[in-house]
Amino acid sequence: MTTTEETHRAIDAVWRIESAKLIAGLARMVHGDVGLAEDLAQDALLAALEQWPRDGVPRNPGAWLMSAARRRAIDTFRRGKLLERKHEELAYELDAERERAVPDLDAALDDPVGDDLLRLVFTCCHPVLSVEARVALTLRMLGGLTTEEIARAFLVPVPTVAQRIVRAKKTIADAKVPFEVPRGADLQARLSSVLGVVYLIFNEGYSATAGGDWMRPALCEDALRLGRILAELAPR
Amino acid sequence: MRFMIIRKADPDTEAGVMPTQALVDAMMRYNQELIDAGVMRGGEGLQPSVKGARIRFSGGTPAVVDGPFAEAKELIAGYTIIDVAGREEAIAWARRWPVEDGGGEVELEIRQAYTADDFGEFAPDLREMEERMRAAGQP
Repeated sequence: MTTTEETHRAIDAVWRIESAKLIAGLARMVHGDVGLAEDLAQDALLAALEQWPRDGVPRNPGAWLMSAARRRAIDTFRRGKLLERKHEELAYELDAERERAVPDLDAALDDPVGDDLLRLVFTCCHPVLSVEARVALTLRMLGGLTTEEIARAFLVPVPTVAQRIVRAKKTIADAKVPFEVPRGADLQARLSSVLGVVYLIFNEGYSATAGGDWMRPALCEDALRLGRILAELAPR
Repeated sequence: MRFMIIRKADPDTEAGVMPTQALVDAMMRYNQELIDAGVMRGGEGLQPSVKGARIRFSGGTPAVVDGPFAEAKELIAGYTIIDVAGREEAIAWARRWPVEDGGGEVELEIRQAYTADDFGEFAPDLREMEERMRAAGQP
């Protein structure tokens, strides 16, 4: 195996570990725009795929990805499609945050991300989305699966999943779904929706019996992992 | 897939040297990270081999040899069990092991656990029994 291949596999592994935290943290930074947060995270992943095979996997890959995504966010806002005041402020904030972050990236990573992750879970499983969209978005944003992996797992064409995800992001933006953990009476219903998604993912993997693609049974493990994350995060 | 991250012993762990506060804090943070990611399945730090024993069978007869045992590097000082998507992810987690441990001089080993599937077709009732035993063993 070549070193480049090894690095790519290492990047896949890092992505699986970091992507949810990265997207959740970015979403808060860009005022709850989950779609934009995911795009920024993907850009950071591309940058990693470009640079890590050349320079090696950085000592703190999570911090590296986060600062690459932040740089990207600043560039995006600066490039000026969105030069409203609000966004200038945001760029300023991001800049300031980056300044602060440079000497102390490790500490920045130790910040509690649990709340952001939980907000991301509730956003991905929002009832405004179709059930299929919730499942696809959850696997993509929280499970770190690629569109291709999701398509294979659910035996649907890749463009179908890609479209589902694009539409889901748009629906979230159009409906102005807030990036938050619901409270009060809302919480119970919304939590049921989240658990329903985890159950569906598990069931899809469980019903895939022997002889099938390994991606399908792997859904069980993804669901169990999501369940454990929720058990740790969920409001009690 | 379940992997065991094995933390090899060293002269300090064999001497029962207590971890510094900084190491305890770093280990707690690391473990919390594993929990938050939904991959942590358990683990322990082990006391020095002087408190352990080996039970060696010869011709079917057990003989007990009390610790300590030589060759610290071949002993283990602790383990963490994680449930991850594959070998690379297990390695990626092991690479994040706190640098505070062993003053930055530590050897870890990762090993994948067998599952029922690795043994081919279990008879359904045996498989069910195995799952029941596992469930009963969960904390």
